[in-house]
Amino acid sequence: MKWSLPLAMLLLLSLAPAARAATEADFKAAYAAAEAASREATGLRNQWTTTVASLAAAKKAADGGDFDGAIAAAKEAQALAKASIFQANSEKEAWKAMEIR
Amino acid sequence: MMKRPAAILLGSAFVALAAFAFAATRVVAADKIDPAADAKAFQNFFFQKFPNVKREDFVNGPYSMNEDMKRQWQEKEEFPPYEFALDAGKEMFATPFKNGRTYADCFPNGGIGIRQNYPYFDEKEGKVVTLELALNRCREANGEAPYSYVKDEMASLTAYMAFTSRGKPMDIRIPDDPRALEAFENGKRYFYARRGQMNFSCASCHVQSPGERIRAEILAPALGILNALPIYRSEWSGMGTTSRRFITCNSQTRAVPLEPQADEYRDVEYFLSYVANGLPISGPGARP
Repeated sequence: MKWSLPLAMLLLLSLAPAARAATEADFKAAYAAAEAASREATGLRNQWTTTVASLAAAKKAADGGDFDGAIAAAKEAQALAKASIFQANSEKEAWKAMEIR
Repeated sequence: MMKRPAAILLGSAFVALAAFAFAATRVVAADKIDPAADAKAFQNFFFQKFPNVKREDFVNGPYSMNEDMKRQWQEKEEFPPYEFALDAGKEMFATPFKNGRTYADCFPNGGIGIRQNYPYFDEKEGKVVTLELALNRCREANGEAPYSYVKDEMASLTAYMAFTSRGKPMDIRIPDDPRALEAFENGKRYFYARRGQMNFSCASCHVQSPGERIRAEILAPALGILNALPIYRSEWSGMGTTSRRFITCNSQTRAVPLEPQADEYRDVEYFLSYVANGLPISGPGARP
């Protein structure tokens, strides 16, 4: 039984990284992914204002050292950008359903 | 003499061939760009949707849809809010550039009574040219800096030019040029395609819901919507051009607007103006 305490401590330590606060590197990775999707939306001439606003919010949070908030905003921006890309691609044909004939 | 089964077989073959030919014609027709047919269908849609609205009244936007609003607007027209822009535009139009030339030198008929012919398709450039674009090109050709496309001076100048065309029927031509047909088709696609986080197209408001309210505003019909431009909008506390109208619409759907006079905006102006052919110019206008 005398090994049980050290073993429990080791187990806890091994789990610690999963619960750590987000780092600048994590933010940079999330932001880069969001920015890539946003660039694609711009290339399709279908950027959304909310994507731009979320990207700006992510940068602002990161500048203030809030990397958790920054990553959440970057992920939001990426999701919005992906939705706008889907919209641009689907509307290439879908617009015809609305046409007056 | 042909035996009966052979005659039936031959007859059936003829019927099948005729049906195929008819179907094939319809497929070709559906794919062909036919602006005249589009304009006819577009106008008929609104005439049938609003049988009590006089055809020439569609150019008055929301005021053609609501009697109370129309009465208020008619009273307001005694001292119209765009009057200051009209006066400024008239003066600007007549004031020579530094080189002594004027806007009149850049346009057919000295720029008077020509609004109904804009935008037009320039076969040399292979693109649509709007009145706003032509005005800035005139300025640059005469050594002057271009104006902002969205308000102030540009709105004043186009207000004056529209005023000199009041009552003249919109008369947009599509030359026999595949690039012009493509521009028309691109404009149509832009008009009907959904965009922005709100997932709205121009048609969502101005085809599906004219006369209905979106928040406090009554939506204008798409038919003749550009005939009244430029407009004074109470919402803007000032004048706005066609460019400003498109940019504002995009922002309201949470789409990032394109740059003023982007090809897409030029093409959608071409499409919307063409399908309003025959309806009178009523600009400058006033809107809530």
